[in-house]
Amino acid sequence: MFEYAPAPESRDVVDIKPSYDLFINGEWVESLGYERIKTVDPASEEILSEVAHATEADVDRAVQAARKAYDEVWGVLPGRERAKYLFRIARIIQERARELAVLETLDNGKPIRESRDVDIPLVAAHFFYYAGWADKLKYAGFGERPRPLGVAAQVIPWNFPLLMLAWKIAPALACGNTVVLKPAETTPLTALAFAEICRQADLPPGVVNIVTGAGDTGSALVRHPDVDKVAFTGSTEVGRLIARQVAGTGKRLTLELGGKAANIVFDDAAVDQAVEGIVNGIFFNQGHVCCAGSRLLVQESAATAVLDALKRRMATLRLGDPLDKNTDIGAINSAAQLAKIRELSDAGEAEGAERWAPACPLPERGYWFPPTVFTGVAQSHRIAREEIFGPVLSVLTFRTPAEAVEKANNTPYGLSAGIWTEKGSRILWMADRLRAGVVWANTFNRFDPASPFGGYKESGYGREGGVHGLEAYLDV
Amino acid sequence: MSRASRGDAERPARLSVRKTYKLFIGGAFPRSESGRAYAVSSTKGDFLANASRASRKDARDAVAAARKAFPGWSGATPYNRGQILYRVAEMLEGRRAQFAAELDGVPSKKAGELVDAAVDRLVWYAGWSDKIGAVRGAANPVAGPYFNLSSPEPTGVVAVIAPDEPLLGLVSVIAPAIVTGNTCVVVASERAPLPSITLAEVLATSDLPGGVVNILTGFTGELAPWLASHMDVNAIDLTGVTDPDLARRCEGDAAENLKRVLRPKPSDWSEEPDLTRMTAFLETKTVWHPIGV
Amino acid sequence: MTTSLVDVASSDATLRGFLHGLPGVDRVGADQRAAALATRSIKTAAKAHAIDLAISMVDLTTLEGADTPGKVRAMCAKAVHPDPTDPSVPRVAAVCVYPDLVADAVRALSGSGVKVASVATAFPSGRSSLEVKVADTALAVAAGADEIDMVIDRGAFLAGDYRTVYEQVAAVKAACGAAHLKVILETGELATYDNVRRASWLAMLAGADFIKTSTGKVSPAATLPVTLIMLEAVRDFRERTGRVVGVKPAGGIRTTKDAIKNLVLVKETAGEDWLTPDRFRLGASSLLNDLLMQRQKLTSGRYAGPDYFTVD
Repeated sequence: MFEYAPAPESRDVVDIKPSYDLFINGEWVESLGYERIKTVDPASEEILSEVAHATEADVDRAVQAARKAYDEVWGVLPGRERAKYLFRIARIIQERARELAVLETLDNGKPIRESRDVDIPLVAAHFFYYAGWADKLKYAGFGERPRPLGVAAQVIPWNFPLLMLAWKIAPALACGNTVVLKPAETTPLTALAFAEICRQADLPPGVVNIVTGAGDTGSALVRHPDVDKVAFTGSTEVGRLIARQVAGTGKRLTLELGGKAANIVFDDAAVDQAVEGIVNGIFFNQGHVCCAGSRLLVQESAATAVLDALKRRMATLRLGDPLDKNTDIGAINSAAQLAKIRELSDAGEAEGAERWAPACPLPERGYWFPPTVFTGVAQSHRIAREEIFGPVLSVLTFRTPAEAVEKANNTPYGLSAGIWTEKGSRILWMADRLRAGVVWANTFNRFDPASPFGGYKESGYGREGGVHGLEAYLDV
Repeated sequence: MSRASRGDAERPARLSVRKTYKLFIGGAFPRSESGRAYAVSSTKGDFLANASRASRKDARDAVAAARKAFPGWSGATPYNRGQILYRVAEMLEGRRAQFAAELDGVPSKKAGELVDAAVDRLVWYAGWSDKIGAVRGAANPVAGPYFNLSSPEPTGVVAVIAPDEPLLGLVSVIAPAIVTGNTCVVVASERAPLPSITLAEVLATSDLPGGVVNILTGFTGELAPWLASHMDVNAIDLTGVTDPDLARRCEGDAAENLKRVLRPKPSDWSEEPDLTRMTAFLETKTVWHPIGV
Repeated sequence: MTTSLVDVASSDATLRGFLHGLPGVDRVGADQRAAALATRSIKTAAKAHAIDLAISMVDLTTLEGADTPGKVRAMCAKAVHPDPTDPSVPRVAAVCVYPDLVADAVRALSGSGVKVASVATAFPSGRSSLEVKVADTALAVAAGADEIDMVIDRGAFLAGDYRTVYEQVAAVKAACGAAHLKVILETGELATYDNVRRASWLAMLAGADFIKTSTGKVSPAATLPVTLIMLEAVRDFRERTGRVVGVKPAGGIRTTKDAIKNLVLVKETAGEDWLTPDRFRLGASSLLNDLLMQRQKLTSGRYAGPDYFTVD
């Protein structure tokens, strides 16, 4: 037997402080409140550090700092100078890539292979991309002198902590806004490392402010009267609340919310690549992906072959220590998320779907869930409708392209979709009809700073990435 | 003595045939299911006509009609949609005098100019049908072997609360919504609803498929909240909502299914528009495909 | 073999229908899968195991116009004792030579357990008559070759004349007698991954015991995605027919890292069953010394130098 020996990435490259303050106006400042939040390594339940739980007064200080920086420095700085700051940040991220990857994996639980090869390179690429826009905005199609909005309140999720920060901060700064960003409660560490990167880049104080905290902190930030723009990535449930809070205030709002994407496999698909796409679609980042291909729609005539191949492939997935370079599936980010995945999976079984997972020993400590597939799923089952946000795939079948489109669109969400067929005209026919912001044909879960990302319907509004991503931070 | 002159002396003056102002839903002109109407007065206070006072159920029916029309209209070629909008402009031009006369409280010269502007507005938007995709789409240069194309697509069913500018304003909010392939449910100006129904007659004779534009007359405060909370409406244009409390309520209710909201903003309808009324109701779809042999 | 597959080769039309009915291969997706597997980190005990496994799978090859009996004898000595200072190093799987040098190799390897493989069938171009190809094969077999590495007629394949390719493979297989037949697809000339998959199936249907990527004379030779696709083919062929066919990437595999990436592909595509010299070979020449150097680094803890390894 050829067994892979443990190949853990070294933790020595990161230096996690026992405690972190808030990053306001370019300085580390103590919270005005007393509450602290412990952040844990979900793979071991070890407490990594504790961070401030910012209060309404802290948020106010951060917004004031951002306003001052906008009025006095950043809002009047020429685009070419803003660009150079962003290029600097991109370079520092590349220089510290290893450290950031390890830190992300420790705090989030995602495999080092992904943080190293996907998250952090995309973070740097995003800053590079928007850096280049900062002095070219008049060519973006929003008029001769597009103006920034002002102070942006940004609230991001825990699934891609630093990447979501990049998606938020890079375009905001490129367009001339200043920001107050709240990272997720369970994954604050890379955002705090980013604060240090801002200092290394000599970014003027107040341009970027990082306030750690929980839902109440985010809510205070969104409600702050001196905020001009709110950007949120997270659940549709919270997105709805924010949209309600923002109503009537005139604040601009973009939302990137949940999804229940259909990954549609036809019987003429390149089956080995389709199987890879299915696996990548639902097991990438433990399925903690808003655009995950969580519903597999497979043509009935190919269902047995595709499922057999899928199960064979799933049996080779390696679950375990996220820092091990050979790990494919890491830890579930939190106990709460694990409980939610379990609850929905149990509901799937109770509703009559058939559950399958490869033999997959789970570590004793930490939060884990095996890669799981449900067959015999009907559109009416909860696991076909609700976002599980975990490594759980629901398999449904269809007979005709029209039926595939109908089932794919039969959801309040509309973030992404996948199509697998070797027939070009069918791809374009399907892509035309799928009500989703991103359609991956013969591929899945690809991201690029030049490519707009965002949803239809209850998956939110606004786009991040590409020239389209500028609109969210310009007064147009 | 001729018979005619004798007759003139004996017959009373001819009584004109008045128009019954009904709703416009799914290409038909039904009365409100509620049987209600409200009196519309001129700016001087004279009775002009009874307008249908649409109910929430009429709004519901209009949304259903708009939803039914959406696949066909959004699936039509942009060229075809442009042709139809241009046809609407032609029909409006042909009824110039009628509309000018119907613009209550506006001096006749000014009224004629408003109709002209409305015609020109339709022509302007008609031309966008097959250009907005080029202007708002993009071939994205991603760092990998992928073809990556973003193109705008209509959002779906748009509820439009029309402004009080009864023809030019109305045309200026309907045309940008539908030219890109959306279908809409319009709540006409509460104060001056009559031109909207006359416009419906133009739409009905312009090859516009039934249900693409549905027009309700009635009370904005009664109808707007139902449309704002309707879970099968994808977007709402609050342009005609002048009450800030109502606007806030509608925007809040729209959050329930994450409707795209175009907030009320003072507009000078005589100015040439920009793209924002179109882009407010467009989604961007990005399609990826590998490049390989 | 199931009945349906017996009938597949009965006519041009059925053969074409079958081969073109195989699932397509998306190049970008296949490249990505191979690249992802190439990031596996093989350390310590796993690396030691992999190095010995790789050594035992090497087909030590010399296919030069300038080959001589002396060159072949020297290579055979290396094949039996790759590192004369360390008897724990396993012997390689086979040596691979031209037909006229088979007899020299057989003599040099007698009793060693190292197999003698010979290229045949107008190697490397395959541009000759079937009679010549069969005669070439018979010559090598008569000289004692255990394995025959034939080339397919790429011209016929690309012209869509699958039946000709099939018949040539079958005829050579018949001429092999007890010798094992490796069929070289020369994937660098087939251009597309769809063709690699079809050629793999064509060779297997016609009786190949192994499918081999390349002659080593055409670039690109054994790329990871091509090996991946061929591993998928043998996996699917076993599922369909029950018969196990081996895979041999050849050409361009020069470092231990390359070899280990190949083993990872085997493990995670065809499965552990293929991780034996009977089912997987590495056609190479310079690879062996790099494997030996890496092996010594693991045992000694020091980086090795080339002067300490023989050049034969």
